[in-house]
Amino acid sequence: MESMTVQLDQGSGGRATHELVQDLFIQSFRNEYLLEMNDSALVNVGNGQIAMTTDSYVVDPVIFPGGNIGSLAVHGTVNDLAMRGARPLYMTAGFILEEGLSLETLGEIVSSMAAAAREANVFIVAGDTKVVPRGKADKIFINTSGVGVVPPGVRVGGQYAEPGDAVLINGTIGDHGMAVLCKREGLAFENEIRSDSASLNGLVEKMLEVCPQIHVLRDPTRGGVATTLNEIAEQSHVGIRLEEEALPVREDVAGACEILGLDPLYVANEGKVLVFVPARCMKSVLRVMRDHPLGRNACKIGETVSNDAGRVFLRTRIGGHRLLDMLRGEQLPRIC
Amino acid sequence: MFVRVRGIVQGVGFRPFIYQLAHRYQLGGWVRNDSNGVEIDAAGHAEQIDRFLRDISAKAPPLARIDEMDVLDRKFSPVECFTIVKSDGEQSRSTLIAPDVCTCDDCFRELNDPLNRRYRYPFINCTHCGPRYTIIKDIPYDRDKTTMGSFAMCPACRKEYEDPMDRRFHAQPNACWECGPRVWLETPAGRKVAEGDDAVLRSVRHLETGSILAVKGLGGFHLAVHAGDEGAVNRLRSRKVREEKPFAVMFCSVDAVKEVCLVNAEEEVLLTGLQRPIVLLKIRADKAGSVIAPSVAPHNRFLGAFLPYTPLHFLLFEGCSYDALVMTSGNRSDEPIVMTNEDARERLKDIADYFLFHDRDIHMRCDDSVTRVLHGKPRPMRRARGYVPLPVFLREPVPPVLGVGAELKNTICLTRGREAFLSQHIGDLENLETLNSFEHVISHLERILEIQPECVVHDLHPDYLSTQWALGQKGLQRLAVQHHHAHIASVAAEQKLTGPLLGLALDGTGFGTDGTLWGGEILRVDGHRFERLGHLRHVPLPGGSKAIKEPWRMALAYLWSIDPRNCEETFAHVVERWSVQNRRILVQMLERRVNSPLTSSCGRLFDAVSALIGLRDSVTYEGQAAIELEQVMEADDGSYEGIVTREQETLILDPYPMVAEVAGEVKRKQGVGIISARFHNGLVNLLSEGIRRAREDTGLNRVAMSGGVFQNAYLFDKLHSELMQQGFQVYSHMEVPTNDACIALGQAYIGADWLMLRS
Ligand SMILES: [Fe+3]
Ligand SMILES: [Mg+2]
Ligand SMILES: [Zn+2]
Ligand SMILES: [Zn+2]
Repeated sequence: MESMTVQLDQGSGGRATHELVQDLFIQSFRNEYLLEMNDSALVNVGNGQIAMTTDSYVVDPVIFPGGNIGSLAVHGTVNDLAMRGARPLYMTAGFILEEGLSLETLGEIVSSMAAAAREANVFIVAGDTKVVPRGKADKIFINTSGVGVVPPGVRVGGQYAEPGDAVLINGTIGDHGMAVLCKREGLAFENEIRSDSASLNGLVEKMLEVCPQIHVLRDPTRGGVATTLNEIAEQSHVGIRLEEEALPVREDVAGACEILGLDPLYVANEGKVLVFVPARCMKSVLRVMRDHPLGRNACKIGETVSNDAGRVFLRTRIGGHRLLDMLRGEQLPRIC
Repeated sequence: MFVRVRGIVQGVGFRPFIYQLAHRYQLGGWVRNDSNGVEIDAAGHAEQIDRFLRDISAKAPPLARIDEMDVLDRKFSPVECFTIVKSDGEQSRSTLIAPDVCTCDDCFRELNDPLNRRYRYPFINCTHCGPRYTIIKDIPYDRDKTTMGSFAMCPACRKEYEDPMDRRFHAQPNACWECGPRVWLETPAGRKVAEGDDAVLRSVRHLETGSILAVKGLGGFHLAVHAGDEGAVNRLRSRKVREEKPFAVMFCSVDAVKEVCLVNAEEEVLLTGLQRPIVLLKIRADKAGSVIAPSVAPHNRFLGAFLPYTPLHFLLFEGCSYDALVMTSGNRSDEPIVMTNEDARERLKDIADYFLFHDRDIHMRCDDSVTRVLHGKPRPMRRARGYVPLPVFLREPVPPVLGVGAELKNTICLTRGREAFLSQHIGDLENLETLNSFEHVISHLERILEIQPECVVHDLHPDYLSTQWALGQKGLQRLAVQHHHAHIASVAAEQKLTGPLLGLALDGTGFGTDGTLWGGEILRVDGHRFERLGHLRHVPLPGGSKAIKEPWRMALAYLWSIDPRNCEETFAHVVERWSVQNRRILVQMLERRVNSPLTSSCGRLFDAVSALIGLRDSVTYEGQAAIELEQVMEADDGSYEGIVTREQETLILDPYPMVAEVAGEVKRKQGVGIISARFHNGLVNLLSEGIRRAREDTGLNRVAMSGGVFQNAYLFDKLHSELMQQGFQVYSHMEVPTNDACIALGQAYIGADWLMLRS
């Protein structure tokens, strides 16, 4: 039953999104930059290389524990630039506002945007505002674009993972997605789960200082760690093996996932980075990560292997290898 | 006279059989393998020829199966003698490959004969018995294309192999102490502690004293342990991380089985048959716990029992103090059965105390088959060793199609003419190891059966790994098939039905065409087309697959659906067993539809009732809550009634009133055994009413039943009888399992029908 209209799961960040992007946008816009399928594109300007990206934010609720749509719109775009090893410099912001949005809310959103930009050392240099009638948008949508410069000698991208790389992460997984979900649905857990939303450019800069040979940096946003790793496995033609034991998940997030029946590996993050480094650099990279406030819980979660190219799997506590596929949409049960 | 025989007639001693018959009836002529079977040219007295022809079908070797026999009268110049002629070309791939079967009586006698040169030889076999499918690497079936290729026959074995009058004539796995495979015993540290017969004798001693042995068998490793030793069985459970799922038990003899279980005539035939499946038998109430330790099959009135089927098994039951061994597949939970020595050393090192290895490689993994007798007929529950790769015969020839099956209990199916080759049980595809095995089985079967499918058929569920695999196949036509459509189609396929019929699919959960999860469906199925006529009333599945592992969620989901405003007060006496915090979140999830997809699953209804009455709040293996609900049942004729309503055109089978009654009974402290019976009876009424209404609407009188829920013997039996009584023609599975192992067959059948209608 192929439906001829856009389906919600095509925006889930999972396989359905992937297919839509591949089959429509990439096919239509087709060029070498886009075909790389990375968080931002590297383009030559003059003698140097700059990174360019854009992203739209449609989160519900617009304000959530640990941030709001404004800070998120800065963090997300800054991170997309940082994931190519670029130093983010300038951003633009486009706002689509729904008639009736409280000005207080808008004020709060914009001021946290400004604070986030300051913190990340980027300037918001251009913008655009549209207001649409009630019901034509949900409170506020923000689009941000960004540019940054890539330091010479840095070559980071989803296609550069190699067998034998260590796969690192800077902290716990699933925080953002669960914070937003719990807030949206009014699920009252004992502790309020906070989003991890943050700009990672500072951390990334430190990491590249000690190890310019980092192969891949990628922020596991929508679709979570599992989906992001699937993209990398496909782009780089490697297998990726994770260790269940090693996965850092906050206790409250784990508890909420447990009762909600969600797998934290498929839940969104907004302040996390997956790092693929040659095994020999692992120690030094982990050291600088742990020295940084956003990397205190950094750890190795797995490694790449030459077998099973394109596949991501989890070595479970009892020693089996569970496949972590890219899901199509929701986590629908596969058990008969 | 010229005879052409088709079927399983190669590699099973068919030519020597013909040769010997011809000698008995003093015929002249020849026999040879040809591309499609066996050809015979023979002359002699007319009377003798008649006897000869009669004997061909009547006395064929045990592994042979004759599907067609054409006899042509033909001028024949008489010759004195009868010979076996070498086949000119390559053996064709369109002949059938025999499955692995148990040691025959002749070999068994030799095994126990101190004067025989194969006395106690663990790999004794002949053309009538022993390994086939699991050792074949490629065809034609010749020794060098099997894993026996590396063993050069000694002169004595070779002589047998070349002598048409010998029962080892062209027995490819033929071997003896002198030239064949060997056994040895190793510790997990890799130290060889005994070889040959000594290794077997030491194994018996270790088993007697409670050690866990990894024993290499026909299609994989077993983990063996003394079935009467509670401590040892528990040790195996904890090392294998298998909490409560029952273990299968191998008994030394049928009599020993009868000591523990009730065995009727059909069951005895199954137990002692060539295939030697595990047979699910009722445990004798009086004898439970004497021979079999309690933790072998906890909370279960049934036991999976089987008899030794390889020479090595027989030897493990020689001179021992035990009558029964737990023989469970050698794997860690959820992984495919271990097949190579190397893999066993690695993956079973923390489970086994000793390894009884041998050096005949297993090329194709093949688990033990599991079967049971229901409604007087054998019903496979897992179809593997002894049955695979025999095809399911279809009504008519179809184009070559590959069905890739479901996610759990996966099998695959390839069609060739009238044959549908359903693979052995592959397992649950969530594992990398299982997925690799899945790919291996597909490519192996395609090669040895010489099938190049034109079309690959997969489940509608986008995230099944089999679906993903199918979508990755370039250059093949693809067809997505709804899960329960495939369930019903598999009945049609094996029962050779054609034309429209009603289907009742009672199942866990399968992806529906409307994006909800189906599993209690009344369908109208006509080849590759189907229509959903009715279904069990929807209920949310709070937490998705978590709700399948935790039946208390289903119970609450039903209660909430019955009374969304006040369920916690209305059903306080039930819900108070569950933690307040969890309950509150779950209700919020239900209200807000957070990760709570809708389902019409019948399996989940069983789960809900099981949890409601306090049997199972969470399960440790698939189907446990429903199984235990059936097992506690006591005789009672009462019933809780549901109602059949209609939403637009669709029949809604509403079990809410039944669940509400169950909750009421719990409050009245009704016994669980009675509640279980009344629930089962009510469900039978609800389902048969639904089917009756579907007949009124469609005029169809044939019903096919399929789905995992039909593994419930009581429900199956009672519903079957009820529908028969109402004049329905009822069809159910007899050749393939009713669980998801049948999906691949249904997919192939639908795919073939679709292709034929397109061309
Ligand atoms: Fe099913
Ligand atoms: Mg992004
Ligand atoms: Zn034999
Ligand atoms: Zn020999």
